[in-house]
Amino acid sequence: MPQRCVRLQNVLLWRHRRGKEGRAQSRPQLREAGNPDLPPRHPGRSGSRGLSRRAREAGCGYLFLLPSLLGTGAFVLIPFLDVFRRSFLQAAGSGFVGLENYRRVLANEAFRQAAGNTARFMLFCLPVLLALSLCMAALVRQSAHFQRWIKTGFLLPMAIPAASVAVFFRMLFDEKGWLNLLLRKTGLSGQDWLTSGRAFWVLSACYIWKNLGYDMILWLAGLGAIPEEQYEAAKVQGAGAWACFCYITLPQLKETLFVTALLSFVNAFRVFREAYLLAGDYPHESIYMLQHLFNNWFVNLDIQKMTAAAVLLVIGTGAVLLIFRRKGGGDG
Amino acid sequence: MKDGMKDAGLESYARRTKGSRLVRILLCTSAGIMVLPLLMLCADSLMGSRELAETCGAVLADQGEWAGFRFFPDYPTLRAYVRLLLDSPEYFTAFWNSMLHTMGVLAGQLLTAVPAAWAFARFEFPGKKILWFLYMLLMILPFQVTMVSGYLVLSGMHLMDTHGAVILPGIFSTLPVFILQKTFAGLPGEVVEAARLDGAGNVRIFLDIGIPMGMPGIFSILILGFLEYWNAIEQPMTYLKTEAQWPLSLYLPQMITRETASAFAASIVTLLPAVLLFFTGQEYLEAGIAASGMERSGDLKNSGRY
Repeated sequence: MPQRCVRLQNVLLWRHRRGKEGRAQSRPQLREAGNPDLPPRHPGRSGSRGLSRRAREAGCGYLFLLPSLLGTGAFVLIPFLDVFRRSFLQAAGSGFVGLENYRRVLANEAFRQAAGNTARFMLFCLPVLLALSLCMAALVRQSAHFQRWIKTGFLLPMAIPAASVAVFFRMLFDEKGWLNLLLRKTGLSGQDWLTSGRAFWVLSACYIWKNLGYDMILWLAGLGAIPEEQYEAAKVQGAGAWACFCYITLPQLKETLFVTALLSFVNAFRVFREAYLLAGDYPHESIYMLQHLFNNWFVNLDIQKMTAAAVLLVIGTGAVLLIFRRKGGGDG
Repeated sequence: MKDGMKDAGLESYARRTKGSRLVRILLCTSAGIMVLPLLMLCADSLMGSRELAETCGAVLADQGEWAGFRFFPDYPTLRAYVRLLLDSPEYFTAFWNSMLHTMGVLAGQLLTAVPAAWAFARFEFPGKKILWFLYMLLMILPFQVTMVSGYLVLSGMHLMDTHGAVILPGIFSTLPVFILQKTFAGLPGEVVEAARLDGAGNVRIFLDIGIPMGMPGIFSILILGFLEYWNAIEQPMTYLKTEAQWPLSLYLPQMITRETASAFAASIVTLLPAVLLFFTGQEYLEAGIAASGMERSGDLKNSGRY
């Protein structure tokens, strides 16, 4: 509601500022803008003018984009082309080796394991996070009280720096930490959480804990955009809550799902921070991800492998993105 | 007949309130669990060094057999904070480094990402689809993929091991462009069209309508950006070798093992700017996150420009 007011205020302010001369000018342009109610007086001329306007608009678009595009080009795109070139070259000299680097990367045991771990992490965490946050969003919408506090509580983990998170998780999951203390007190035996396969679950919990609030807000926005009348109409026709969810809610959440999944995917790579601070360069093999591998290759100056692996990853992520977009409907 | 309906209504009402109480309890509990780590860090930061050693020595400093557990310190003291604030100049160097990196990146993003998002949201130009795909791809790619290319260009520019090595690539992150594009695209088309009819140029429209109306989105990318770069670990770890240039996020883990006594106070001071910013800007943050998840609003499609 306040947003509406701001919008209205803006329009009024704008009108006020422009004064009367602006409005007098507006008539011919109304025609130009292609108002369907007013047929163009000179079809031929208006067509050519439309073309030049489109060109002007494109130029303007490029101008707005230029600062960002120049920087991205200088710092990422062009250097990446260089990386692409190097991925076919020998380490020291400039000898062309074809796909040799790629073959070595794909045959590399560590790469396979890291790629597998990363894929496993994504395949497990993304659906769980998306489902859990959707449930939470649905519940939050139902409860009239404390909505603000609950949202704050869920969003707060986002603001806690990784270093502080890592301290807490170490206290909790260390061999001599709080969780094992609790387990011992209740008569169960303590577990080795961080240096065994369980590290994977600890890291997953950490990721979900951190991103639940963010995703919940995204879902809330998507749920809020569905008009209430549709549910009422369905209820009049005797649809239950589950039917409403399946046939009204889910189909209209498609775009939200796309964005939420995409942003969760982006954030999933960032879990490396917590993993690194919890367990260092060489954590237990169940959470040895591509990020660790790249980091270690970088430290060892294994540039050849890195270039080839980077190209492979770009291709892989690009493919995932294309599938996402196909499913989520084209955008942009 | 009428009574029966009334009964049913009452019953369902009763069931609903009961259900909603359950929901409320569930939600409050989970929200409590979510903030528990923060509360425990706060409590631990108020412990004296002996108490702290009893509680955490076993884990963080490898002394003693088991970690101790207490919700509240028995003898709360601010000694750890005093020691931190008065007696650890390195911590402050790191604090200001963090500030410098974060503010540098945010200022740069304001100048580049905002117009770029406007271009993607409001203009049609050849190559837009491909560029948008590239931007999205760059947004998704983890830092490690662009690590080598970044290293090559930064060492070519002799920027390695300077603050610029962290700030400059950060400015051109494409995530804010993606989030803001959604905000701008969701602005009502009528307002822009009205301004255009009133004879406003493209730059005018951007400055007078786009920026004021996109404010929630801009605030939210600033807050998200702050949380992201305040927290940056990968970039400084890769591009900064000199310890005097490290930001807090990199310095803190070292400090925790070196001087456990003020580690928790240091954690709290580190997360303070982020959490304070979060609380002041929570509304904008929510609005901005929400806008990025919305479908492009219908009135824009109707405006004839898309």
